[in-house]
Amino acid sequence: MSTLMTYRIEHDALNELIQELRKEKYNVIGPTPRGEAIVLDEITSALELPIGKTDEQSPAQYHLKDRTDKAYFGFSAGPHSWKKYLFPPILRLVTASGNGSDLQISDDASKPNEEEKYALFGVRACDLSAIHIQDQVFGDGTYKDPAYLRVRNQAFIVAVNCTRAGGTCFCSSVRTGPRARVGFDLALSEVIDNEHYFIVEVGTERGEKVMSSVSRRPAGDTEMEKADRLIRAAAQLTGRSLEPDNTREILYQNTEHPRWDVVAARCLSCANCTMVCPTCFCATVEDTTDLTGTEAQRTRKWDSCFTMDFSYIHGGSVRPSARGRYRHWLTHKLASWVDQFGTIGCVGCGRCITWCPVGIDITEEFRVIRETYLMTSRVSSTKEATHGNS
Amino acid sequence: MKKQRKPKLAVWKFSSCDGCQLSLLDCEDELLAVAENIEIANFVEASRNVVKGPYDLSLVEGSITTPHDAERIHQVRRSSKVLITIGACATAGGIQALRNFKDVREFTSIVYATPSYIETLNKSTAIADHVFVDFELRGCPISKQQLVEVLSAFLNGRKPATPSYSVCLECKRRGTVCGLVTNGPPCLGPVTQAGCNALCPSYNRGCFGCFGPKETPNTNSLASYWKSLGTKDPELLRLFRSYNAYAESFRKESEAHEK
Repeated sequence: MSTLMTYRIEHDALNELIQELRKEKYNVIGPTPRGEAIVLDEITSALELPIGKTDEQSPAQYHLKDRTDKAYFGFSAGPHSWKKYLFPPILRLVTASGNGSDLQISDDASKPNEEEKYALFGVRACDLSAIHIQDQVFGDGTYKDPAYLRVRNQAFIVAVNCTRAGGTCFCSSVRTGPRARVGFDLALSEVIDNEHYFIVEVGTERGEKVMSSVSRRPAGDTEMEKADRLIRAAAQLTGRSLEPDNTREILYQNTEHPRWDVVAARCLSCANCTMVCPTCFCATVEDTTDLTGTEAQRTRKWDSCFTMDFSYIHGGSVRPSARGRYRHWLTHKLASWVDQFGTIGCVGCGRCITWCPVGIDITEEFRVIRETYLMTSRVSSTKEATHGNS
Repeated sequence: MKKQRKPKLAVWKFSSCDGCQLSLLDCEDELLAVAENIEIANFVEASRNVVKGPYDLSLVEGSITTPHDAERIHQVRRSSKVLITIGACATAGGIQALRNFKDVREFTSIVYATPSYIETLNKSTAIADHVFVDFELRGCPISKQQLVEVLSAFLNGRKPATPSYSVCLECKRRGTVCGLVTNGPPCLGPVTQAGCNALCPSYNRGCFGCFGPKETPNTNSLASYWKSLGTKDPELLRLFRSYNAYAESFRKESEAHEK
């Protein structure tokens, strides 16, 4: 196996990289400022990146600001996540048409289209972890999702290491970032001091091939060390944390915790948290017919465990209360996800905190419940000890 | 196979602006398909050729505001196998339900030269307050896509796909950036039922709540949060008191901000 290289490219060579990907027929998707936020969309040049832009985020608040420098990646996770491309919000699965004697079924979801060969440009470490989580959900086990796998398998990933902590994110505590470690074709670290350059870590042969046409030189130790320092500093600056160990015990033992009522009084059950979550994977399937009754369509749409219909089974909804729905979401995300997929379902991107219209903070809700757990387990272990002595 | 008799459709108007009936005429591309599959038997806005009932399907627009309305809706119910109400007036009393919060006699005395000619009820109420309704299609006006969906569902004997969750799901599926979080105008999206494909937020406007309350709306939390950010009671009252002012949860929330 050949050793993978680490390069230095000047900031203006970033556009060469984008053009090279476009030459390879990739539809390059990257962050770009639009209206009040930095969203993900198709980009055709590095000039469309959020140069000199940043965001200020706090619970239920997101504000676009100007930076004092010309950084390309001086911002944090925005309202969109990459699942928008890998797991589209609305996907037609099947069209069926018939006239009573003849029935034709078209498997729409299995038809590739030209646009879906994506280069995901600027994937943060948290979001890279989220993609790996969705890989497990859609790509492992008995029931694989062919539409997801088709798009995923050809996706080229350019990761970006964070050199700035966002206002609501907490990747270092859940050990997903701020450095992208695996699963990328290329990983960029942006360095701005008296120079402005990128350290490019190559992760795959495919990545190396693309880099071969970009103006570059092998990265020097000092340059790499500089980038490292910036990434480590970002980890230190993270304002929030979520302790990822023991989540199953903590939540399974606290299904009746009074905090669920407190959060339910605030929760709008509007589903925003699940829509912006890069790992939430629930969808509903809608069947519709046309007026003539000769054509039917089956469509998959993003759904959420916060809706009443989500848990509707014969006779009614299993989780009619906001308490039940929030508890279900948090318990799934942090506890039963571990049973299902071996990791927690939270990558610490902070989107659910920023985009909750009333600013409910997952780290705070979990912290309160965890503290009760720690207190009760301390009390019970003291009791046990006392009991053992007598 | 023998061609089945086409189902007979009637469209009824009560107190309303006619905008929802227009959604049916507005179907344009689908209108021919509608006419091919349904006998439009009684739709005076479209044709004065009225075929006598009973009707397989009645679409009812408008709210009940007069003693005459209150009687007539029972006749409509009696002559209809399936009765579907369309629009905010028919499903929640409409904008005219603003009078429910005041004394209607005061209005008539100011507005009309001879108030004694006016025979009106104290409140504007939804059709379902008077007769059994098979299905309520929300909106001010209703969405024509949803109307076609409901008609298709009726014709094919299936449940219509008209979800009762919040507008936020539609915003997020479209990729619209949330105005509530980015200092946009107040938006009722999180407590309002989807169905318009999140039209207003996609034009940087807040949701006005045209489709009425979503299932289990937490209006109290949303209003309290805005209040904590500085929104005053009179503004909160106005936000919740519009097209669906008399829908229960919106009514309670606006009343909570009344002095």
